[in-house]
Amino acid sequence: MANVLDIRRRIRSVVNTRQITKAMKTVSAAKLRRAQEGALAARPYSQMLTNVLKSLVSRADVYDPMTGEPRHPLLAERPEKTILLIVVTGDKGLAGAFNTNILKIVSKFIESKPEQNIDVECIGRKGRDFMRRRYPIAPERAVSADEAMGISPVQPGTEAAPRAGRVQIVGEHVGILGKVEHSFASNLAGSIIERYTRGEIDGVYILYNEFKSVIAQRLIAEHLLPIKEIGVVDVRMAEEAEEEERKRRIEAAKSAGVGIRPVDTHAVDEAAAKFGVSPVDYIYEQKPEQLFREILPKYIGIQIFHALLESVAAEHAARMTAMDSATNNASDMIDSLTLVMNRARQAKITKEIIEIVSGAAAL
Amino acid sequence: MANTFQLEIVTPEKQVVRDVAEEAQIPGLNGYLGILPGHAPLITELAVGVITYRMRGEAHTLSVAWGFVEVLPDKVTILAEAAERPQEIDVARAQKAKERAEQRLKSNDPEIDYTRAGDALQRAETRLKVAEEK
Repeated sequence: MANVLDIRRRIRSVVNTRQITKAMKTVSAAKLRRAQEGALAARPYSQMLTNVLKSLVSRADVYDPMTGEPRHPLLAERPEKTILLIVVTGDKGLAGAFNTNILKIVSKFIESKPEQNIDVECIGRKGRDFMRRRYPIAPERAVSADEAMGISPVQPGTEAAPRAGRVQIVGEHVGILGKVEHSFASNLAGSIIERYTRGEIDGVYILYNEFKSVIAQRLIAEHLLPIKEIGVVDVRMAEEAEEEERKRRIEAAKSAGVGIRPVDTHAVDEAAAKFGVSPVDYIYEQKPEQLFREILPKYIGIQIFHALLESVAAEHAARMTAMDSATNNASDMIDSLTLVMNRARQAKITKEIIEIVSGAAAL
Repeated sequence: MANTFQLEIVTPEKQVVRDVAEEAQIPGLNGYLGILPGHAPLITELAVGVITYRMRGEAHTLSVAWGFVEVLPDKVTILAEAAERPQEIDVARAQKAKERAEQRLKSNDPEIDYTRAGDALQRAETRLKVAEEK
């Protein structure tokens, strides 16, 4: 049986570990709460924007009345030859299977599109590291001066940029998840739309961990471009968490004092739903078509922004869950080690008594 | 008719203003709009500029980048990509952005996107102007 002193030392080390995991859990819970608030604060804007767009669809003759074909390039579908995949992971580890799960579905998604070329845009360090190990980085594309000035937009289909491989990394964004800013999402959206209208890509998907609440989470591949229907999230691939994992999440959330129900957004949504759709005759300072053209890119931006916010919240929730399990495991370990230690101590005492007694008997 | 209207300014990050106002000036894309209670319903895009509004006799200013506004007789809702109060503006950053944009406009590099540099310059200048009114 092991030495009592050794066991005591081990217990102390596990106690220290437990302290750390406990602290990390508390921190994650606080960050999760803040992330949820952020997502909630973003809601009115996105709801209002969506509403205005929807009401403009009917006014701006977005669809050709004769053929029913959409007039805006971001709405028109064309055969997918090259697609852009935005992968949203976390920057940091120690969040259980959060990053691994996303990357698993990324691999699955890539396998499900064997015919297409795939450009990958990585958000988050973990995803970038994973993709870099597997796929090459795209060669720098030389942009001609005319093109940069927007004089001669390249016609779709004529583009033949050399590729580093069927799947290649075109962008990396690391360290932006600490504080998700809308300007980042809107810049990314701008560059994606540019590539889309130039014909470099024919479809855009964003893969991330959707977070409605601690218990309502999914890994989803959302179809961003071309836009099928405004205001509807077009999910192409989704994966629910396992039952066991869900139970663990609920437990972790309860012990950390985080609500597990989705935040009630009814009042906010209702107020936002009225924006721009009152039954009155508006004076449009610009033509509806022009407004529509201006707002549509913002809509893409806000969708990316939303995905980022949800992913960040999910990451904190995953870390909170992982650290909760770690804390519980440490407690169990301390209990069983304490038992072993007591037994060892008892054995030692018994042995000493026997020695003394048998020594006395021998006299 | 009531002599105030509800004013809401919303950005993707938060709700900036939600209060009653007596008067507002908004930088519409086709020029500044002065809005008093009872204005006709109107929808317009916003340019880069300064929003001024009066609330209980007190004047407030905000700098806005691109946005979008809905005017109803008793309510004005502004959706802005960014809206900042004077005290929130990072003057040093705006100054730097201004210099950078100016440099870009001056250089004869053909790869420069002039519209974008021009927009950036305008944004920076607006921010600085609003910050001064603090």
